[in-house]
Amino acid sequence: MKEYAYYPGCSLESLGKSYHLSTLEVATRVGIDLKEIEDWNCCGATAYFPVDEMLAYTLSARNLAIAEKTGLEDFVAPCSACYKNSYTTNKYLKSDPDLAEHINYALEKDNLHVTGRMHVRHLIEIFVEDVGMEVIQKSVTNPLNNLKVAPYYGCQLVRPRKNDENVENPRYFEDLLSALGAEPVEFESKSRCCGGSLIITNRHAALDMVEKLLQDAVYSQAEIIATTCPMCNVNLEVYQRQVNLEFGTNYSIPVVYFTQLMGTAFGCDSKSLGINKNVIPNAIERSLVKVD
Amino acid sequence: MAVQHTFSKEIGDMMYASHENPITDCIQCGTCSGTCPAIEFMDYSPRKIIGMIRADLKEDVLSSNTYWSCASCYHCTVRCPAGIDIAEMMYALKRYSMWKDQHKEGLIGPAFSESFVKMIVNSGRSYEPILAATYLPKFSASDIIQEAITASGLVFGGKMNLFPKKIKRIKNLQNAIRRIVPIGELS
Repeated sequence: MKEYAYYPGCSLESLGKSYHLSTLEVATRVGIDLKEIEDWNCCGATAYFPVDEMLAYTLSARNLAIAEKTGLEDFVAPCSACYKNSYTTNKYLKSDPDLAEHINYALEKDNLHVTGRMHVRHLIEIFVEDVGMEVIQKSVTNPLNNLKVAPYYGCQLVRPRKNDENVENPRYFEDLLSALGAEPVEFESKSRCCGGSLIITNRHAALDMVEKLLQDAVYSQAEIIATTCPMCNVNLEVYQRQVNLEFGTNYSIPVVYFTQLMGTAFGCDSKSLGINKNVIPNAIERSLVKVD
Repeated sequence: MAVQHTFSKEIGDMMYASHENPITDCIQCGTCSGTCPAIEFMDYSPRKIIGMIRADLKEDVLSSNTYWSCASCYHCTVRCPAGIDIAEMMYALKRYSMWKDQHKEGLIGPAFSESFVKMIVNSGRSYEPILAATYLPKFSASDIIQEAITASGLVFGGKMNLFPKKIKRIKNLQNAIRRIVPIGELS
Protein backbone atom coordinates (compact mmCIF):
# COMPACT_ATOMS: atom_id res chain seq x y z
CA MET A 1 0.00 0.00 0.00
CA LYS A 2 1.67 3.24 -1.13
CA GLU A 3 1.81 5.94 1.52
CA TYR A 4 1.50 9.69 1.00
CA ALA A 5 2.03 12.70 3.22
CA TYR A 6 -1.46 14.17 3.22
CA TYR A 7 -2.04 17.88 3.81
CA PRO A 8 -5.83 18.46 4.04
CA GLY A 9 -5.71 22.25 4.45
CA CYS A 10 -8.06 24.45 6.47
CA SER A 11 -11.10 24.24 4.18
CA LEU A 12 -11.31 20.49 4.55
CA GLU A 13 -11.86 20.95 8.27
CA SER A 14 -14.82 23.27 7.82
CA LEU A 15 -16.66 24.04 4.58
CA GLY A 16 -14.97 21.22 2.72
CA LYS A 17 -15.49 18.51 5.34
CA SER A 18 -17.27 16.24 2.87
CA TYR A 19 -14.29 16.46 0.51
CA HIS A 20 -12.07 15.20 3.33
CA LEU A 21 -14.42 12.33 4.22
CA SER A 22 -14.93 11.18 0.65
CA THR A 23 -11.19 11.45 -0.07
CA LEU A 24 -10.26 9.13 2.79
CA GLU A 25 -13.06 6.69 1.92
CA VAL A 26 -12.09 6.48 -1.73
CA ALA A 27 -8.36 6.24 -1.00
CA THR A 28 -8.95 3.12 1.11
CA ARG A 29 -10.95 1.53 -1.72
CA VAL A 30 -8.12 1.87 -4.22
CA GLY A 31 -5.42 0.85 -1.79
CA ILE A 32 -3.54 4.04 -1.01
CA ASP A 33 -2.72 5.36 2.44
CA LEU A 34 -3.04 9.10 3.02
CA LYS A 35 -1.15 9.89 6.20
CA GLU A 36 -2.15 13.31 7.56
CA ILE A 37 0.94 15.31 8.51
CA GLU A 38 1.08 16.49 12.12
CA ASP A 39 0.35 20.02 13.30
CA TRP A 40 0.09 21.54 9.82
CA ASN A 41 -0.77 25.21 9.34
CA CYS A 42 -2.65 27.32 6.78
CA CYS A 43 -0.94 27.55 3.35
CA GLY A 44 -1.62 31.28 3.15
CA ALA A 45 -4.39 30.94 0.56
CA THR A 46 -4.68 34.02 -1.64
CA ALA A 47 -4.89 36.55 1.17
CA TYR A 48 -1.29 36.22 2.37
CA PHE A 49 0.55 37.28 -0.73
CA PRO A 50 -0.77 40.84 -0.65
CA VAL A 51 0.93 41.26 2.71
CA ASP A 52 4.33 39.64 2.47
CA GLU A 53 5.66 37.22 -0.12
CA MET A 54 8.35 35.82 2.16
CA LEU A 55 5.86 35.19 4.95
CA ALA A 56 3.61 33.30 2.55
CA TYR A 57 6.48 31.02 1.50
CA THR A 58 7.49 30.47 5.11
CA LEU A 59 4.03 29.19 6.02
CA SER A 60 4.03 26.66 3.19
CA ALA A 61 7.64 25.75 3.94
CA ARG A 62 6.71 24.74 7.49
CA ASN A 63 4.20 22.18 6.14
CA LEU A 64 6.76 20.89 3.66
CA ALA A 65 9.36 20.56 6.43
CA ILE A 66 6.91 18.57 8.57
CA ALA A 67 6.18 16.32 5.58
CA GLU A 68 9.88 15.83 4.86
CA LYS A 69 10.35 14.48 8.40
CA THR A 70 7.98 11.57 7.65
CA GLY A 71 10.44 10.15 5.13
CA LEU A 72 7.64 9.90 2.54
CA GLU A 73 8.17 11.21 -0.98
CA ASP A 74 4.87 12.72 -2.05
CA PHE A 75 3.09 15.69 -0.51
CA VAL A 76 -0.60 15.55 -1.43
CA ALA A 77 -3.04 18.47 -1.26
CA PRO A 78 -6.74 18.12 -2.17
CA CYS A 79 -7.29 21.90 -2.28
CA SER A 80 -6.04 23.64 -5.42
CA ALA A 81 -4.92 26.77 -3.55
CA CYS A 82 -2.92 24.70 -1.03
CA TYR A 83 -1.49 22.73 -3.94
CA LYS A 84 -0.37 25.81 -5.86
CA ASN A 85 1.17 27.48 -2.82
CA SER A 86 2.96 24.35 -1.64
CA TYR A 87 4.13 23.51 -5.15
CA THR A 88 5.63 26.91 -5.89
CA THR A 89 7.21 27.24 -2.45
CA ASN A 90 8.84 23.83 -2.87
CA LYS A 91 10.12 24.82 -6.29
CA TYR A 92 11.70 28.04 -5.03
CA LEU A 93 13.22 26.31 -1.99
CA LYS A 94 14.86 23.79 -4.28
CA SER A 95 16.19 26.33 -6.76
CA ASP A 96 17.19 29.21 -4.51
CA PRO A 97 19.65 28.43 -1.68
CA ASP A 98 19.43 31.99 -0.33
CA LEU A 99 15.66 31.74 0.05
CA ALA A 100 15.98 28.29 1.65
CA GLU A 101 18.59 29.61 4.09
CA HIS A 102 16.42 32.53 5.16
CA ILE A 103 13.35 30.34 5.61
CA ASN A 104 15.30 27.68 7.48
CA TYR A 105 16.60 30.35 9.83
CA ALA A 106 12.94 31.07 10.69
CA LEU A 107 11.92 27.39 10.88
CA GLU A 108 14.70 26.73 13.42
CA LYS A 109 12.25 28.22 15.91
CA ASP A 110 10.05 25.17 15.40
CA ASN A 111 12.99 22.74 15.18
CA LEU A 112 12.30 22.17 11.52
CA HIS A 113 14.41 22.16 8.40
CA VAL A 114 13.23 22.16 4.81
CA THR A 115 15.14 21.10 1.69
CA GLY A 116 12.45 21.15 -1.00
CA ARG A 117 12.72 17.43 -1.70
CA MET A 118 8.99 16.56 -1.60
CA HIS A 119 7.02 15.91 -4.76
CA VAL A 120 4.07 18.23 -4.34
CA ARG A 121 0.96 16.89 -6.02
CA HIS A 122 -2.76 17.49 -6.19
CA LEU A 123 -5.03 14.68 -5.00
CA ILE A 124 -6.52 14.09 -8.45
CA GLU A 125 -3.03 13.48 -9.85
CA ILE A 126 -2.56 10.63 -7.37
CA PHE A 127 -5.68 8.89 -8.62
CA VAL A 128 -4.98 9.53 -12.29
CA GLU A 129 -1.23 8.92 -12.39
CA ASP A 130 -0.42 6.53 -9.53
CA VAL A 131 -3.59 4.49 -9.00
CA GLY A 132 -4.43 4.54 -12.69
CA MET A 133 -7.58 4.00 -14.70
CA GLU A 134 -7.35 0.23 -14.64
CA VAL A 135 -7.53 -0.06 -10.86
CA ILE A 136 -10.20 2.65 -10.69
CA GLN A 137 -12.31 0.86 -13.29
CA LYS A 138 -11.93 -2.42 -11.40
CA SER A 139 -13.16 -0.76 -8.19
CA VAL A 140 -16.39 0.39 -9.84
CA THR A 141 -19.38 -1.63 -8.66
CA ASN A 142 -22.10 0.92 -9.45
CA PRO A 143 -21.21 2.57 -12.75
CA LEU A 144 -22.59 6.09 -13.11
CA ASN A 145 -24.88 5.20 -16.03
CA ASN A 146 -23.56 7.79 -18.46
CA LEU A 147 -24.37 10.62 -16.09
CA LYS A 148 -23.40 13.82 -17.87
CA VAL A 149 -20.74 15.46 -15.74
CA ALA A 150 -19.01 18.81 -16.29
CA PRO A 151 -15.37 18.28 -15.25
CA TYR A 152 -14.50 21.54 -13.55
CA TYR A 153 -10.74 21.81 -13.11
CA GLY A 154 -10.79 25.38 -11.85
CA CYS A 155 -7.71 27.56 -12.00
CA GLN A 156 -4.97 26.76 -9.53
CA LEU A 157 -5.00 23.01 -10.22
CA VAL A 158 -3.96 23.75 -13.78
CA ARG A 159 -2.09 27.04 -13.44
CA PRO A 160 0.53 28.36 -13.22
CA ARG A 161 2.25 25.91 -15.55
CA LYS A 162 4.38 23.21 -13.88
CA ASN A 163 6.15 21.51 -16.80
CA ASP A 164 5.09 21.02 -20.38
CA GLU A 165 1.56 19.85 -19.56
CA ASN A 166 -1.48 21.02 -21.51
CA VAL A 167 -2.73 24.06 -19.60
CA GLU A 168 -5.34 25.08 -22.17
CA ASN A 169 -7.20 21.80 -22.57
CA PRO A 170 -6.29 19.16 -20.00
CA ARG A 171 -8.14 15.83 -20.42
CA TYR A 172 -7.31 13.67 -17.41
CA PHE A 173 -10.43 14.59 -15.42
CA GLU A 174 -12.56 13.46 -18.38
CA ASP A 175 -10.67 10.15 -18.45
CA LEU A 176 -11.30 9.64 -14.76
CA LEU A 177 -15.04 10.32 -15.16
CA SER A 178 -15.25 7.91 -18.09
CA ALA A 179 -13.61 5.21 -15.95
CA LEU A 180 -16.46 5.67 -13.45
CA GLY A 181 -19.06 5.08 -16.14
CA ALA A 182 -20.03 8.75 -16.37
CA GLU A 183 -20.12 10.79 -19.56
CA PRO A 184 -17.87 13.85 -19.32
CA VAL A 185 -19.35 16.71 -21.33
CA GLU A 186 -17.26 19.14 -23.37
CA PHE A 187 -17.12 21.95 -20.84
CA GLU A 188 -15.39 24.94 -22.43
CA SER A 189 -15.15 26.81 -19.14
CA LYS A 190 -13.52 23.91 -17.34
CA SER A 191 -10.50 25.91 -16.23
CA ARG A 192 -12.10 29.35 -16.10
CA CYS A 193 -11.87 30.90 -12.64
CA CYS A 194 -14.83 30.60 -10.21
CA GLY A 195 -13.97 33.91 -8.57
CA GLY A 196 -12.26 32.23 -5.63
CA SER A 197 -11.66 34.61 -2.77
CA LEU A 198 -13.34 37.49 -4.62
CA ILE A 199 -16.59 36.03 -3.23
CA ILE A 200 -15.66 37.87 -0.04
CA THR A 201 -13.72 40.87 -1.34
CA ASN A 202 -15.59 41.62 -4.57
CA ARG A 203 -18.93 39.85 -4.38
CA HIS A 204 -20.35 41.31 -7.57
CA ALA A 205 -17.42 40.20 -9.72
CA ALA A 206 -17.34 36.71 -8.19
CA LEU A 207 -21.08 36.11 -8.67
CA ASP A 208 -20.70 37.16 -12.29
CA MET A 209 -17.89 34.63 -12.72
CA VAL A 210 -19.97 31.90 -11.06
CA GLU A 211 -22.94 32.76 -13.29
CA LYS A 212 -20.87 32.37 -16.44
CA LEU A 213 -19.70 28.94 -15.31
CA LEU A 214 -23.22 27.75 -14.46
CA GLN A 215 -24.46 29.07 -17.79
CA ASP A 216 -21.81 27.13 -19.66
CA ALA A 217 -22.44 23.95 -17.63
CA VAL A 218 -26.11 24.10 -18.58
CA TYR A 219 -25.18 24.87 -22.19
CA SER A 220 -22.90 21.81 -22.17
CA GLN A 221 -25.93 19.76 -21.04
CA ALA A 222 -24.20 18.71 -17.84
CA GLU A 223 -26.44 17.22 -15.18
CA ILE A 224 -23.93 17.69 -12.42
CA ILE A 225 -20.68 19.61 -11.92
CA ALA A 226 -17.67 17.85 -10.40
CA THR A 227 -15.00 19.93 -8.66
CA THR A 228 -11.42 19.41 -7.47
CA CYS A 229 -11.21 22.27 -4.96
CA PRO A 230 -13.20 23.33 -1.88
CA MET A 231 -13.23 27.00 -3.00
CA CYS A 232 -14.73 26.10 -6.37
CA ASN A 233 -17.25 23.82 -4.74
CA VAL A 234 -18.45 26.44 -2.28
CA ASN A 235 -18.63 29.19 -4.89
CA LEU A 236 -20.57 27.09 -7.41
CA GLU A 237 -22.85 25.38 -4.93
CA VAL A 238 -23.62 27.68 -2.05
CA TYR A 239 -23.84 30.84 -4.11
CA GLN A 240 -26.13 29.41 -6.78
CA ARG A 241 -29.12 30.88 -4.96
CA GLN A 242 -27.43 34.27 -4.78
CA VAL A 243 -26.70 34.09 -8.50
CA ASN A 244 -30.35 33.30 -9.20
CA LEU A 245 -31.46 36.28 -7.12
CA GLU A 246 -29.00 38.65 -8.71
CA PHE A 247 -29.31 37.56 -12.35
CA GLY A 248 -32.94 36.43 -12.40
CA THR A 249 -31.82 32.95 -13.41
CA ASN A 250 -33.07 29.58 -12.28
CA TYR A 251 -30.02 27.36 -11.88
CA SER A 252 -30.33 24.23 -9.79
CA ILE A 253 -27.39 22.14 -10.88
CA PRO A 254 -25.83 19.86 -8.27
CA VAL A 255 -22.15 20.39 -7.49
CA VAL A 256 -20.09 17.57 -5.98
CA TYR A 257 -16.44 16.74 -5.36
CA PHE A 258 -14.91 14.31 -7.82
CA THR A 259 -14.17 12.01 -4.88
CA GLN A 260 -17.90 11.85 -4.09
CA LEU A 261 -18.56 10.63 -7.63
CA MET A 262 -15.77 8.08 -7.29
CA GLY A 263 -17.20 6.86 -3.99
CA THR A 264 -20.69 6.56 -5.45
CA ALA A 265 -19.35 4.48 -8.33
CA PHE A 266 -17.43 2.34 -5.83
CA GLY A 267 -20.67 1.63 -3.97
CA CYS A 268 -19.79 3.58 -0.79
CA ASP A 269 -22.83 4.74 1.15
CA SER A 270 -23.57 8.43 0.78
CA LYS A 271 -23.06 9.13 4.48
CA SER A 272 -19.44 8.02 4.37
CA LEU A 273 -18.95 10.42 1.44
CA GLY A 274 -20.43 13.33 3.34
CA ILE A 275 -23.44 13.64 1.07
CA ASN A 276 -26.58 14.87 2.78
CA LYS A 277 -29.04 14.28 0.00
CA ASN A 278 -29.20 11.66 -2.69
CA VAL A 279 -27.97 14.16 -5.25
CA ILE A 280 -25.91 11.75 -7.27
CA PRO A 281 -28.48 8.88 -7.45
CA ASN A 282 -31.17 11.46 -8.19
CA ALA A 283 -29.11 12.96 -10.99
CA ILE A 284 -28.48 9.50 -12.41
CA GLU A 285 -32.19 8.75 -12.25
CA ARG A 286 -33.06 11.98 -14.03
CA SER A 287 -30.48 11.20 -16.65
CA LEU A 288 -31.96 7.70 -17.18
CA VAL A 289 -35.47 9.10 -17.52
CA LYS A 290 -34.23 11.42 -20.26
CA VAL A 291 -32.65 8.54 -22.16
CA ASP A 292 -35.92 6.58 -22.02
CA MET B 1 21.45 62.62 -4.36
CA ALA B 2 19.13 59.70 -3.75
CA VAL B 3 18.57 57.38 -6.67
CA GLN B 4 15.11 57.71 -8.18
CA HIS B 5 13.72 54.35 -9.19
CA THR B 6 11.00 53.99 -11.79
CA PHE B 7 7.67 52.57 -10.66
CA SER B 8 8.21 49.52 -12.88
CA LYS B 9 11.50 48.83 -11.09
CA GLU B 10 9.86 49.24 -7.68
CA ILE B 11 7.11 46.78 -8.60
CA GLY B 12 9.58 44.44 -10.26
CA ASP B 13 11.63 44.40 -7.08
CA MET B 14 8.56 43.24 -5.16
CA MET B 15 8.07 40.18 -7.35
CA TYR B 16 10.39 37.47 -6.18
CA ALA B 17 8.29 34.88 -7.99
CA SER B 18 8.87 36.33 -11.43
CA HIS B 19 12.11 38.27 -11.25
CA GLU B 20 13.30 36.72 -14.48
CA ASN B 21 10.56 38.27 -16.60
CA PRO B 22 10.51 42.04 -16.20
CA ILE B 23 7.34 44.04 -16.80
CA THR B 24 9.35 46.01 -19.35
CA ASP B 25 9.22 42.97 -21.68
CA CYS B 26 5.50 43.67 -22.26
CA ILE B 27 4.61 44.11 -25.93
CA GLN B 28 1.12 45.50 -25.17
CA CYS B 29 -0.58 42.73 -27.16
CA GLY B 30 -3.61 42.57 -24.85
CA THR B 31 -3.69 38.77 -24.45
CA CYS B 32 -3.94 39.26 -20.68
CA SER B 33 -6.93 41.56 -21.04
CA GLY B 34 -8.65 39.22 -23.48
CA THR B 35 -8.14 36.35 -21.05
CA CYS B 36 -9.03 37.97 -17.72
CA PRO B 37 -12.36 36.75 -16.25
CA ALA B 38 -12.63 39.82 -13.99
CA ILE B 39 -11.87 42.49 -16.58
CA GLU B 40 -15.37 43.99 -16.62
CA PHE B 41 -14.93 44.90 -12.98
CA MET B 42 -11.58 46.62 -13.37
CA ASP B 43 -11.04 50.37 -13.77
CA TYR B 44 -8.21 49.66 -16.22
CA SER B 45 -7.46 46.42 -18.06
CA PRO B 46 -4.33 44.44 -17.17
CA ARG B 47 -2.70 45.57 -20.43
CA LYS B 48 -3.38 49.22 -19.60
CA ILE B 49 -2.12 48.80 -16.04
CA ILE B 50 1.19 47.45 -17.33
CA GLY B 51 1.44 50.36 -19.76
CA MET B 52 0.65 52.79 -16.95
CA ILE B 53 3.29 51.26 -14.67
CA ARG B 54 5.86 51.66 -17.41
CA ALA B 55 4.76 55.26 -17.96
CA ASP B 56 5.36 55.86 -14.23
CA LEU B 57 1.72 56.79 -13.59
CA LYS B 58 2.04 55.58 -10.02
CA GLU B 59 -0.84 57.51 -8.50
CA ASP B 60 -3.31 56.47 -11.20
CA VAL B 61 -2.29 52.84 -10.91
CA LEU B 62 -2.49 52.77 -7.12
CA SER B 63 -5.86 54.49 -6.97
CA SER B 64 -7.45 52.01 -9.40
CA ASN B 65 -9.28 48.86 -8.34
CA THR B 66 -7.62 46.74 -11.03
CA TYR B 67 -5.09 44.82 -8.98
CA TRP B 68 -7.49 44.27 -6.07
CA SER B 69 -9.97 42.77 -8.57
CA CYS B 70 -7.51 40.08 -9.66
CA ALA B 71 -8.69 36.60 -8.59
CA SER B 72 -5.19 35.08 -8.98
CA CYS B 73 -6.32 32.53 -11.56
CA TYR B 74 -3.04 32.81 -13.52
CA HIS B 75 -4.77 32.58 -16.88
CA CYS B 76 -2.96 35.71 -18.11
CA THR B 77 0.30 34.34 -16.73
CA VAL B 78 0.25 31.12 -18.74
CA ARG B 79 -0.75 32.92 -21.93
CA CYS B 80 1.56 35.96 -21.86
CA PRO B 81 3.82 35.67 -24.92
CA ALA B 82 6.49 37.74 -23.14
CA GLY B 83 6.46 35.35 -20.17
CA ILE B 84 5.47 37.98 -17.63
CA ASP B 85 3.83 36.57 -14.51
CA ILE B 86 0.99 39.07 -14.53
CA ALA B 87 -0.94 37.49 -11.65
CA GLU B 88 2.17 37.82 -9.48
CA MET B 89 2.52 41.41 -10.66
CA MET B 90 -1.01 42.05 -9.34
CA TYR B 91 0.13 40.61 -5.99
CA ALA B 92 3.16 42.92 -6.07
CA LEU B 93 0.83 45.89 -6.59
CA LYS B 94 -1.33 44.70 -3.68
CA ARG B 95 1.77 44.51 -1.47
CA TYR B 96 2.91 47.95 -2.60
CA SER B 97 -0.51 49.41 -1.82
CA MET B 98 -0.60 47.73 1.61
CA TRP B 99 2.90 48.92 2.33
CA LYS B 100 2.07 52.51 1.36
CA ASP B 101 -1.42 52.23 2.84
CA GLN B 102 -2.74 53.72 -0.34
CA HIS B 103 -5.67 52.31 -2.28
CA LYS B 104 -9.01 53.17 -3.79
CA GLU B 105 -11.68 53.79 -1.19
CA GLY B 106 -14.35 51.22 -0.48
CA LEU B 107 -12.32 48.13 -1.31
CA ILE B 108 -12.64 45.11 0.99
CA GLY B 109 -9.47 43.38 -0.22
CA PRO B 110 -6.86 45.23 1.87
CA ALA B 111 -8.72 44.87 5.17
CA PHE B 112 -9.56 41.27 4.38
CA SER B 113 -5.93 40.39 3.74
CA GLU B 114 -4.90 42.06 6.96
CA SER B 115 -7.51 40.19 9.03
CA PHE B 116 -6.63 36.95 7.34
CA VAL B 117 -2.98 37.27 8.19
CA LYS B 118 -3.82 38.21 11.79
CA MET B 119 -6.01 35.13 12.08
CA ILE B 120 -3.28 32.82 10.83
CA VAL B 121 -0.62 34.41 12.99
CA ASN B 122 -2.89 33.93 16.00
CA SER B 123 -4.06 30.38 15.37
CA GLY B 124 -2.08 28.89 12.49
CA ARG B 125 -5.27 28.02 10.63
CA SER B 126 -7.90 29.88 8.65
CA TYR B 127 -11.61 29.59 9.11
CA GLU B 128 -13.96 30.76 6.39
CA PRO B 129 -17.22 31.26 8.31
CA ILE B 130 -15.64 33.79 10.64
CA LEU B 131 -14.04 35.65 7.76
CA ALA B 132 -17.26 35.63 5.81
CA ALA B 133 -19.24 36.83 8.79
CA THR B 134 -16.84 39.71 9.29
CA TYR B 135 -16.97 40.91 5.75
CA LEU B 136 -20.47 40.15 4.60
CA PRO B 137 -22.85 42.26 6.62
CA LYS B 138 -25.75 41.06 4.54
CA PHE B 139 -24.72 37.45 4.76
CA SER B 140 -23.69 36.31 8.22
CA ALA B 141 -22.17 33.00 9.25
CA SER B 142 -25.54 31.73 10.42
CA ASP B 143 -26.99 32.52 6.99
CA ILE B 144 -24.22 30.50 5.41
CA ILE B 145 -24.93 27.59 7.72
CA GLN B 146 -28.67 27.88 7.03
CA GLU B 147 -28.04 27.85 3.30
CA ALA B 148 -25.44 25.22 3.44
CA ILE B 149 -27.55 22.13 3.91
CA THR B 150 -26.50 21.36 0.41
CA ALA B 151 -25.64 18.54 -1.91
CA SER B 152 -22.00 18.05 -1.08
CA GLY B 153 -22.74 18.09 2.62
CA LEU B 154 -21.11 21.40 3.38
CA VAL B 155 -22.18 21.24 6.97
CA PHE B 156 -22.17 17.55 7.30
CA GLY B 157 -24.24 16.17 10.11
CA GLY B 158 -22.99 18.78 12.55
CA LYS B 159 -19.44 17.66 11.95
CA MET B 160 -18.28 21.09 10.88
CA ASN B 161 -16.12 22.62 13.53
CA LEU B 162 -17.82 25.59 15.09
CA PHE B 163 -14.55 27.24 15.99
CA PRO B 164 -11.20 27.22 14.28
CA LYS B 165 -8.57 24.96 15.74
CA LYS B 166 -5.29 26.32 16.96
CA ILE B 167 -2.23 24.40 15.89
CA LYS B 168 -0.28 22.81 18.77
CA ARG B 169 3.01 24.62 18.23
CA ILE B 170 1.49 28.04 17.59
CA LYS B 171 4.16 29.74 19.75
CA ASN B 172 6.92 28.19 17.64
CA LEU B 173 5.16 29.28 14.46
CA GLN B 174 4.87 32.82 15.79
CA ASN B 175 8.55 32.86 16.71
CA ALA B 176 9.42 31.60 13.23
CA ILE B 177 7.28 34.34 11.67
CA ARG B 178 9.11 36.93 13.82
CA ARG B 179 12.27 36.05 11.92
CA ILE B 180 10.53 37.03 8.68
CA VAL B 181 8.31 40.00 9.53
CA PRO B 182 7.85 42.14 12.64
CA ILE B 183 4.57 41.04 14.21
CA GLY B 184 5.04 42.41 17.71
CA GLU B 185 3.54 40.85 20.82
CA LEU B 186 0.51 38.62 20.45
CA SER B 187 -2.15 37.62 22.88
